[in-house]
Amino acid sequence: MNRRVVITGIGVMAPGGIGTKEFWELLSDGRTATRRISLFDPAQFRSQVAAEIDFAPEEHGLTAREVRRMDRAAQLAVVAARQALEDSGIDFDRMNPHRTGVTIGSAVGATMGLEEEYRVVSDDGREWLVDHRYSVPHLYGYLVPSSFAAEVAWAVGAEGPVALVSAGCTSGIDSVGHAVELIREGSADVMVAGAADAPISPITAACFDAIKATTPRNDDPEHASRPFDDSRNGFVLGEGAAVLVLEELTAARRRGAHIRAEIAGYATRSNAFHMTGLRPDGKEMAEAIRAALDEARLDAGDVDYVNAHGSGTKQNDRHETAAFKRSLGAHAYEVPISSIKSMIGHSLGAIGSIEIAASALAIENDLVPPTANLRHPDPECDLDYIPITAREWRTETVLTVGSGFGGFQSAMVLTDPDRRDR
Amino acid sequence: MNTSVIVTGFGVTAPNGLGTRDYWSATLAGRSGIDRVSRFDAGRYPSRLAGEVSAFVAADHLPSRLLPQTDHMTRLALVAADLALADANVSSGDADSYGMGVVTASSAGGFEFGQRELQNLWRHGSRHVSAYQSFAWFYAVNTGQISIRHGMRGPSGVVVTDQAGGLDTVAQARRLIRKGTGLVLAGGVDGSICPWGWVAQMAGGRLSRCDDPRLAYLPFDARAAGHVPGEGGAILVLEDAEAAARRGAGPGYGEIAGYGTAFDPRPGSGGAPALPRAMELAVRDAGLSPGDIDVVFADGAAVPALDRIEADAITAMFGAGRVPVTVPKTMTGRLYAGGAALDLATALLCLRDGVIPPTINVTPEAAYGLDLVTRRPRTAPVRTALIVARGEGGFNSAMVVRRPDDE
Repeated sequence: MNRRVVITGIGVMAPGGIGTKEFWELLSDGRTATRRISLFDPAQFRSQVAAEIDFAPEEHGLTAREVRRMDRAAQLAVVAARQALEDSGIDFDRMNPHRTGVTIGSAVGATMGLEEEYRVVSDDGREWLVDHRYSVPHLYGYLVPSSFAAEVAWAVGAEGPVALVSAGCTSGIDSVGHAVELIREGSADVMVAGAADAPISPITAACFDAIKATTPRNDDPEHASRPFDDSRNGFVLGEGAAVLVLEELTAARRRGAHIRAEIAGYATRSNAFHMTGLRPDGKEMAEAIRAALDEARLDAGDVDYVNAHGSGTKQNDRHETAAFKRSLGAHAYEVPISSIKSMIGHSLGAIGSIEIAASALAIENDLVPPTANLRHPDPECDLDYIPITAREWRTETVLTVGSGFGGFQSAMVLTDPDRRDR
Repeated sequence: MNTSVIVTGFGVTAPNGLGTRDYWSATLAGRSGIDRVSRFDAGRYPSRLAGEVSAFVAADHLPSRLLPQTDHMTRLALVAADLALADANVSSGDADSYGMGVVTASSAGGFEFGQRELQNLWRHGSRHVSAYQSFAWFYAVNTGQISIRHGMRGPSGVVVTDQAGGLDTVAQARRLIRKGTGLVLAGGVDGSICPWGWVAQMAGGRLSRCDDPRLAYLPFDARAAGHVPGEGGAILVLEDAEAAARRGAGPGYGEIAGYGTAFDPRPGSGGAPALPRAMELAVRDAGLSPGDIDVVFADGAAVPALDRIEADAITAMFGAGRVPVTVPKTMTGRLYAGGAALDLATALLCLRDGVIPPTINVTPEAAYGLDLVTRRPRTAPVRTALIVARGEGGFNSAMVVRRPDDE
């Protein structure tokens, strides 16, 4: 007997889109949320653009104590988790906490909080032997980001399997994929799963500057993220969180839950090639896509929409185009594909879960979001990348993919279980 | 019927021994690797002892091009993975590359590397930050580097559950193997012994302030007052038993027979600790009852309240004094994400040789009701072992391993 897993609640904290409704409106309108960095003074950096959230944690019900204890990424995760719970309509007080788990993905953990505290204890880098007398009690929680998963577990009252998943920029897909597996194997009945990252800090900016991964288009921040466009020159750093409530299908139907989508297939592969480089053939991503479709028992031709990784770096977008052709064959040229990173930037580990949320919303609304700023397609990225404007489109099956430092390539297939079972 | 998953090899980088042979002989001899911190001048801090892998010289084991782009703990992890594959008699070309994966546990990433680059940034400016910073410190680094070094293109990942991670990754590896991946490297090698990591670890409030290596980490002792941190850990080779047999690998060290995990209730909610539940899940998952367990490798926090919770969980499951309990971590310190993986490797050696390694320096507090193996190793027929691990924040995991010939 196969246990099928569905999404019954969605919470999103994205740049330009706090909450699912605002997030989906931004994507449907094709608006961008990229701007000049305001979280710190970016003057000394090569890339000075980011997609930031205007986020006041107190307005989202976090207590002063919670705000102080949690890094910004953990705050975003907890707020998104609470939204997802409310959206699911589950009465969590009546749930069995032992059968409820949490997985949160994050690529860089509490990097913002760590940098702030480092500055204090090191006197802005003057002391190698940093001074413990200036450290804060919650520093250990910053050091080890499993604290994020613990915070979400406390917020939702989960006492089953709890973990943080950190596979670089595929963390947000892998975290949800892991949660799906736990429900399927019977280790949990409900999983609160998602991802969060808040990396817009000087050290992150500097490390991406050093390898020219982020865009230097500082004179036009609103149009700085240009996946698949010939003029693209790097990604735009973002921040955010998305958390989903996952349930076993029959239980969800029994309680009359609003089912947003089924997670029908998931796979991850490694390129075993380079920590940051990609081979142009897209082989391992193609393999992940094929494996995810196999698990979903679907063919390439069944895919109605592809939510691309589309980071907007030269090498990614070509790598990915090759992977789509290799895995989807002729259908790659027919299926609409887009990158929402054109609008909300690349929030590292968080983006995978945000894109799963967008994929579920595409199924629900029969509308596929566009790739903003795509005016002059790179001739080597010659697929239908949905330029500028969203498209009304019958969407029953979505493929979403991610690619990350460390060589990780992940793919997930979402479907509409009601239409599929008819 | 679920696929049986066995351990066919492992590599150890421990403070009291680099490589399995040195580690195991030191462990049976009760030799500790805990000493004063040497990686930086810890004299100004209230905690000054650590378990360092002092015998380790990276350049002796790794190509020079890997050195500038890796943190110290990643170098240790790469060597542990090399040793594990050699022990299992696997060379990278042996299998379909998509049939091999890597899952490692992490706690803080390459923190020493990160401190250096933070210093470069804040002292000298953004242009002085290393081109390797983007991946040398992050949590996924060990998995990524190991997969590249050995051409492993199958499903891989990274789990962060503080000090329970070493077991959680092995459970994840077992899951991947049951879904069809033939071989998975799993475990953890960790360490943040640099000033910035030290200060962050001290903030957790669980580091011992004692300066005497013999008295600094005393789990289940009336004098328990925190632990000594360390570096290192173990990487294990896990395989589908049938696939291993096909390649002539033999029965291996033992089977990953059972696993359970459970999370503590929210602090202050008054709920019962989840550790007993994790242990029960693991024993049940192995198809065993508590009477079948021959030894327990305890977490051994050396924080009185936590020792009490663990001792109660053990006596509730087995009865007071009914099962031998040991904490070989007393010879290495706590290795964070590497600790439970090393305990697992140690348990497998214990199954192999029928000898339980000791918990050193500890005078057991009688009120805990434990049969703690102290002073010297104890010879006993050991068919199964239960390994317990806990992470700060409420993580509890437990794993049962079984001797290959014990069906």
